[in-house]
Amino acid sequence: MARHPKGVGTNGKKLDVKVLLRLMKYVLTRYRFRYLIVFICIAISAVASVTSSMFMKTLIDGYIEPLLLSDVPDFAPLLKALMVMACIYGVGVISNFVYQKTLIVISQGTLFDLRNDLFSHMETLPIQYFDTHAHGDIMSIYTNDIDTLRQVVSQSIPQFLSSMITIISVFCSMVVLSIPLTLVTLSMVVVMQFALRFIMSRSGKYFAAQQQRLGKENGFIEEMMEGAKVVKVFTREEKTMQEFKQINDDLCDAAYKANKYANIMGPVNGNLGNISYVLCAFIGGLLALNNIGSLTLGTLASFLALNRSFYMPINQISQQLNSVIMAMAGAERIFAVIDAEPEVDNGRVTLVNVKEENGKLVECEEVTNHWAWKHPHDDGSETLVELKGDVRFHQVDFSYVEGKQVLFDIDLYAEPGQKLAFVGATGAGKTTMTNLINRFYDVQDGMITYDGIDVKLIKKDDLRRSLGMVLQDTHLFTGTIEENIKYGKPDATHEEVVAAAKLANAHSFIRHLENGYDTMLTRDGSSLSQGQRQLLSIARAALANPPVLILDEATSSIDSRTEKLVQEGMDKLMHGRTTFVIAHRLSTIKNSNAIMVMDKGRIIERGNHDALIEKKGTYYQLYTGVIENS
Amino acid sequence: MIKRLLQEVKQYKKASIAAPLFMVGEVVMEMMLPFLMSFIIDYGVNKGDMAAVAKYGGLMLVCAFISLICGTMSGWNAAYASSGFVKNLRESMFTAIQKFSFSNIDKYSTSGLVTRMMTDASNVQHAYQMIIRMCVRSPLTLIVSFCMTVYISPKMAMIFLGAMLFLGIILAIITTKAHPQFEKTFRKYDDLNASVQENVTNIRVVKSFVKEEEETNKFYTAAKNLRAMFTKAENIIVFNSPVMQLSMYGCMLLLSWMGAKMVVGSQLSTGELMSLFTYTMSILSSLMMLSMIFVMLSMSMASAQRIVEILNEEPSIVNPEDPCMEVKDGSIVFENVHFGYAKGEDKEVLTDVNVSIESGETIGILGPTGSSKTTMMSLIPRLYDVDSGCVKVGGVDVREYDLKTLRDAVAMVLQKNVLFSGTIKDNLRWGNEDASDEEMIEACKLACAHDFISSFPNQYDTFIEQGGTNVSGGQKQRLCIARALLKKPKVLILDDSTSAVDTRTDKMIRESFKNYLPETTKIIISQRISSIEDADRIIVLDDGKITGIGTHEELLKDNAIYQEVYQTQKKGDE
Repeated sequence: MARHPKGVGTNGKKLDVKVLLRLMKYVLTRYRFRYLIVFICIAISAVASVTSSMFMKTLIDGYIEPLLLSDVPDFAPLLKALMVMACIYGVGVISNFVYQKTLIVISQGTLFDLRNDLFSHMETLPIQYFDTHAHGDIMSIYTNDIDTLRQVVSQSIPQFLSSMITIISVFCSMVVLSIPLTLVTLSMVVVMQFALRFIMSRSGKYFAAQQQRLGKENGFIEEMMEGAKVVKVFTREEKTMQEFKQINDDLCDAAYKANKYANIMGPVNGNLGNISYVLCAFIGGLLALNNIGSLTLGTLASFLALNRSFYMPINQISQQLNSVIMAMAGAERIFAVIDAEPEVDNGRVTLVNVKEENGKLVECEEVTNHWAWKHPHDDGSETLVELKGDVRFHQVDFSYVEGKQVLFDIDLYAEPGQKLAFVGATGAGKTTMTNLINRFYDVQDGMITYDGIDVKLIKKDDLRRSLGMVLQDTHLFTGTIEENIKYGKPDATHEEVVAAAKLANAHSFIRHLENGYDTMLTRDGSSLSQGQRQLLSIARAALANPPVLILDEATSSIDSRTEKLVQEGMDKLMHGRTTFVIAHRLSTIKNSNAIMVMDKGRIIERGNHDALIEKKGTYYQLYTGVIENS
Repeated sequence: MIKRLLQEVKQYKKASIAAPLFMVGEVVMEMMLPFLMSFIIDYGVNKGDMAAVAKYGGLMLVCAFISLICGTMSGWNAAYASSGFVKNLRESMFTAIQKFSFSNIDKYSTSGLVTRMMTDASNVQHAYQMIIRMCVRSPLTLIVSFCMTVYISPKMAMIFLGAMLFLGIILAIITTKAHPQFEKTFRKYDDLNASVQENVTNIRVVKSFVKEEEETNKFYTAAKNLRAMFTKAENIIVFNSPVMQLSMYGCMLLLSWMGAKMVVGSQLSTGELMSLFTYTMSILSSLMMLSMIFVMLSMSMASAQRIVEILNEEPSIVNPEDPCMEVKDGSIVFENVHFGYAKGEDKEVLTDVNVSIESGETIGILGPTGSSKTTMMSLIPRLYDVDSGCVKVGGVDVREYDLKTLRDAVAMVLQKNVLFSGTIKDNLRWGNEDASDEEMIEACKLACAHDFISSFPNQYDTFIEQGGTNVSGGQKQRLCIARALLKKPKVLILDDSTSAVDTRTDKMIRESFKNYLPETTKIIISQRISSIEDADRIIVLDDGKITGIGTHEELLKDNAIYQEVYQTQKKGDE
């Protein structure tokens, strides 16, 4: 089911305006007031910087030139003007500081909200979502996509704003100073845009190729590192090296070409700016000398400064554009998760504590460990049905993907306390059966009842609380052993934890750990052996104390001593509960009340061990070892 | 460490030197521009000399053109050098890993190696490109600009010196303060992502224990914590840009004031004053750039370190000088073998193992997990070296063989075995590059794999997904056995390689070995008594020591461990 992450070749992609708008909406609705502050401060700061270049004209024409002409230079007016400038600069610096600081709050806050929205929504998604999406892809949304978005929110958007304001105010100032020179500048901007577009389309093409080849190389390395020992055992080092060299050379080629174009963007832009500068100086000089358009030397000086500050923001915008396009692809993926349909739950039947009064069940507030299903009816009345663990399948059909049916007309019943086992080859539909009981998936046709109630009517949370699961891949969480055992019942006392551990045969190994029950587990309990992890997950299920259990037996080979412990633990756990066992080792299910032999989505044989052996059918063949079971 | 990395530049040395050299050209030309500007104004415009304007304007255009050429060449060379450098780095890392012995491999996780070869290498690539472009550009711009200001007016240059000192010191303080805070934050960030990962893989557990809400709350707290840390870190670097502006504006005010006085006092021309304004920007922004480069470089240092770690890892097993190039037969001798994974620690995994196996014998190995069955067998193809004693194959110490010769003669089917993406044929050819179709079919028949392969629509051309996910566990194991058989080994070691194969097929495989590979020494490690009970001899291991060698019947009589295992398994099977 693993799907390789799609290539991230977004460079050649057009900006998706719809996603951008949605993102803007997401950001702006949260921090309306703060964004207003940012906008104002950016404007002030940009105006201050434009004023600063405009001041050169005033300085030369208004102060220096007159001073040069006067016999007794009076510097007082200049000093006053400089004081005014200092104030403007001061305001500029302060606004800059304010908007930068506000932006931190905005960007971190937005990311925080986005992460939370993403995570809390993810938790509501149906299992199907996780089964059909590669976990690596989901992870990369949290790591890569949110990260690129952070850059956009905290850098690109403000830069964009500030550049736009600068461009506009600089443009206005240029027009005021000299219209002919403005035209010269603009014509160079057009040339620059053409050059930029040409280079970007080239580099984009090769960046896409680079990403794709990076992915290929990544895959190759991953495979060869995973199989590093096999490579050595088969002495395939040379051959592997050759293959790697080929892939690596291809990558290098793409990377070179991509960077080659990306790297000339700076010089081309910069020097087109320089050419524009020279042109303006030359034409401006001609105009000033010939007194055309009332262009003075001071005006020319100011204009040239403006010319410089005109190209910088244009350069910045075009650079930011690339990262915005990349981030939008990420935002699209983020929104796709947020938009994914959550698990629906129309269940009305809830699980309540009850006590017996005069031979009748009565709902009560206190914890009695005696449970019943509270079933509200359309006419307003309610009935209480005792929770026993009676599970029945009535003519169940099911398919994960439309048109590819995996279960056909399944009928079965498990009475409270019975043990039912499913056997059959991989893909026969054993795991699917258990997926349906706890409604990880919903049946398409037919019905599953639990204590006589259609499971679709039961609130999912309550249904799942009443079902315990021990999966073949044990999944533990970062935290102490005690926390892991308490997972299904956070308010359990230490004594209860120990009792559950004892029941699961886990107590003795836990006691021998240096920190006992406080031992920290990380990375799925990698410090423990497979068998120990299994014992812990049994203890976890035992503490939750559900009336119905689903056990997916482990396939991995653990040594026979540990296996015995695990088996004993499971047996104790199963005692008195309705249990569904997906069996991989036939020896462990002989004492089942019923064994269902499954093949291609159908139950082809059923009965207890002796009866099935007697029958000499598929089970007999499996048991004596003719057909492989994996 | 840097030295080790630079060794990998190799054929890209020329480009690596050319890139900064061209950059020097670009920067010098760029710096000429404001200078020429002042000439245009002073000698051209002010004197009404249009010829001078044309002359200096033309010169400026030439400069801009040269600057463009130099910039482009520098960019191309830098791209060539950096992508080539990283290519060499990856290749060297890959080669180094191929030379690793098992004990080297054990040190690293797969994902760790992938990260090093991909992400870390990319980081170094960016850093390298940055160095050969920016590390030259920024200081050079700084120096040239400053020299220009000194040339124009030494007095005014002092203003810049002051501003540079001011900005430099503050930037240094900000960087040194922010860096550790960011490192701390990023570690926390990794933790958060790890917990997401945990939630994604454990989603079935989360849902069946109805813990969605609590997990969300847990995440909320962690994310809040992260936000606080990020905010704290960013609040340090937030001073960067205002301080930069402060210095720049300060410079401009001082320049205006002093400049005006000097122009009036005829110590400075208006054109020169304008040039000085232009240099303000380039001096201060290159200083800013330098501090950014510094941060980026220190971040990529960690990556460089991880790469060098791989490059410097000494392979613990190397070919001997003058190696023995032929393995005579499949006899194996263990003589007083002691072995431990961690050298220097006293935790011995194999203690004083002595056993002699004849060529063609079938040997079963049994013992609880952790009894070092796999370890003992790994010594035969010299995947690890013994600490003391010796292991002999064909009468010769394994350390005297050419590694390829030895490992080609000893086929080991690993417990954690891997199929590679490619067709079944591709996978089988791992055993023998030139195997004919007939040979492949024969090997597959011996491994009881031919039947199921034939049932696939594409038969031997069926494509195997990465990790062999599209075949069942038992099928995978049989393919792995067939692959090993194609080597036509003198010794065949099966390390729990039929655990997912049903008992009857398992038996058929063993029978075919017996009938068709009489010359080959067969060693079978298994948890299942049924897999080994008909072996010529069975070795029982416990805690790194041999506790018994003998036939099934003999061991059943006098070996406690064997009896115990037998009891537990028979109870289930009857």
